Amino acid sequence: MTPVATTLTPILTKFWDDPQSWTLETYEKNEGYQALKKALGMKPADLVQMTKDSGLRGRGGAGFPTGMKWGFLPPPDGGPRYLVVNADESEPGTCKDIPLMMAAPQFLIEGCVITSFAIGCNHAFIYLRGEVVHVYRRLLRAVEEAYAAGHLGKNIHGSGFDLDITVHAGAGAYICGEETALLDSLEGRRGQPRLKPPFPAVAGLYARPTVVNNVESIASVPPILLHGADWFTGMGTEKSQGFGIFSLSGHVKRPGQYEAPLGITLRELLDMAGGMRDPNHDLKFWTPGGSSTPLFTDAHLDTPLDFESVAAAGSMLGTRALQIFDDTTCVVRAVDRWTDFYKHESCGKCTPCREGTWWLKQILGRLEHGEGSEEDLDKLLDICDNILGRSFCALGDGATSPITSSIQYFREEYLAHLTNGGCPFDPRESSLFAKEKATA
Amino acid sequence: MSGDNFGMQTASGHLNVPGESKEPYAEDVLAQLHADAEQVVARYPQKRSALLPLLHLVQSVDGYVTGRGIDFCAEVLDLTTAEVSGVATFYTQYKRHPNGEFTVGVCTNTLCAIMGGDQIWDEVSEHLGIGHDETTPDGKITLERVECNAACDYAPVVMANWEFFDNQTPQSTKQLVDDLRSGKTVAPTRGPARVCSFKQVSRVLAGFHDGLADEGVGAGPSSLEGLRVARDHNWTAPSGQETSGEGRGTGRTEELAPGRHSSTDAPSNAADEQAGDKPAEGK
Repeated sequence: MTPVATTLTPILTKFWDDPQSWTLETYEKNEGYQALKKALGMKPADLVQMTKDSGLRGRGGAGFPTGMKWGFLPPPDGGPRYLVVNADESEPGTCKDIPLMMAAPQFLIEGCVITSFAIGCNHAFIYLRGEVVHVYRRLLRAVEEAYAAGHLGKNIHGSGFDLDITVHAGAGAYICGEETALLDSLEGRRGQPRLKPPFPAVAGLYARPTVVNNVESIASVPPILLHGADWFTGMGTEKSQGFGIFSLSGHVKRPGQYEAPLGITLRELLDMAGGMRDPNHDLKFWTPGGSSTPLFTDAHLDTPLDFESVAAAGSMLGTRALQIFDDTTCVVRAVDRWTDFYKHESCGKCTPCREGTWWLKQILGRLEHGEGSEEDLDKLLDICDNILGRSFCALGDGATSPITSSIQYFREEYLAHLTNGGCPFDPRESSLFAKEKATA
Repeated sequence: MSGDNFGMQTASGHLNVPGESKEPYAEDVLAQLHADAEQVVARYPQKRSALLPLLHLVQSVDGYVTGRGIDFCAEVLDLTTAEVSGVATFYTQYKRHPNGEFTVGVCTNTLCAIMGGDQIWDEVSEHLGIGHDETTPDGKITLERVECNAACDYAPVVMANWEFFDNQTPQSTKQLVDDLRSGKTVAPTRGPARVCSFKQVSRVLAGFHDGLADEGVGAGPSSLEGLRVARDHNWTAPSGQETSGEGRGTGRTEELAPGRHSSTDAPSNAADEQAGDKPAEGK
């Protein structure tokens, strides 16, 4: 396995620095809506096939092949079919879709039109989390501009194809990123997940056949169609094809969005991002794909960030949300806070998650404060074992990831809290302000 | 610390609206609400889908979810008030008591907390003398701890009426709340030229565009880091017609990742289409 130096591939991020990057005019100067013209001259079935051939896998975390998801729709029965875009980006550490929609929302709109044409949908929805009002403005404006230019509405560019897009704002609930909870929320209900099957492809929005895709997945469709499936498969690895946005945050010199082929490593990305924030402090732990993916350590710096390699190393590629923590950080504090989050966001529908996350929080809280006992670690693992695979949706599974992986790699640090009678770390050391003071 | 009850489901956590919030709307207000609601309902194939935007609309008029607002939603959508309350209490953006003119949310999820969000929270909370979901006596600021707001590359992050304030410090956030309280025009880091009021923003979230989309930057500096590095090195994506070996990663694993978690959403049903089938024609 000879590592090949990986380079960045700005595609969706290519013109984000244009002073008016979000406008239709800028987008059309950058190949915008050329893919749509091509799509309208194709057979919908060929578009589905092209997406399958490209190997595009869902960019929202689960990595399910996008074209296959489209292919799951039953044959048309004369009733409506829907495309719902999951723009509820809320997984801790994940910050790619929001800047994409703020800087270049037309990628998503064009992707929606092409996808809707491919699957036979005449009304698509973009479900945006409600806590990003300026992104909502940008999407509303992008839809307005697309209607005015004839990219949306009736008989789009004389093709006979009609499409309306409704941009819908949520109201603050992490669980709505789960696709069936999102559908319930979009139907005006509490956002709680549905039992599957039936899958949304069969009975989704209003119990009609529905495709639910992530923002970045849909935004990737126009470039793939324009440049060809081979172009896309030419990037990435054999099973994880194409490019994706990698989001670096935390104790790194230049956090930000790095668009690269799948299979790039954290070592390569860190190098591009200027290394760790403070060269005197080493990488301690990181998440490959958000807080719901088991932690990695410095032992995983060379793990290719593709679906297979990350899974083989015991975690998940997730949303490529790389949260980087150096050795000033208390892992118990970090995990305690994530657990707070899962407890807060558990929707309450199923018992393992609702009760389990509450108890996990109680135990982690006392461990972080140096209370409790060594048996508490076994109790944590036991509770995790009773949540993982037994909760209704992936939220409960995700809650266990930071706990089990941190005990696996940092058991000694948990125990040090007990022998120390409290957290052995000074939280100020890990903040940005500590650094500023040190260099002032 | 005053945020200790964050996330607790207590009796007061349920919808508990003051009696005056059930006073009927003035006629002109009600007429406008109905006119707006008609537009909202028209966006959806089934009218119940309008409930979330209508609750935002109620907040744009009343500043929180009032009893009369719940009655209004129920009437427009043919729901019971219990059904509307059930939805209103599920989502954190719906306020159960009068909200300040500005909601200031400090991200205290792990990444931001560790990068300094905890310190920001402590200092701002002390500075204002209020805790989570509490409002200053002048009715200007409601302080909240918020969860990850998808701006981790700008940590620590503070949201003011759901506009981004990036790379905050305790000092900058205290200045922010002081400026908001004194009525100064405050511009977010990435957003329009000024932070609008809670009611104005609630109207946008109901789907009524305020025309400010073209204000502010397209992307902040962190969003552009990768692009900058690529430009510095002259790195581009391969062009359309050639498949470049460069830029390929090194993954070699043979099988598709199995999906470690049993309850992730990998469909168990087989694809319904077979080779040679003609699926979905666009209508």
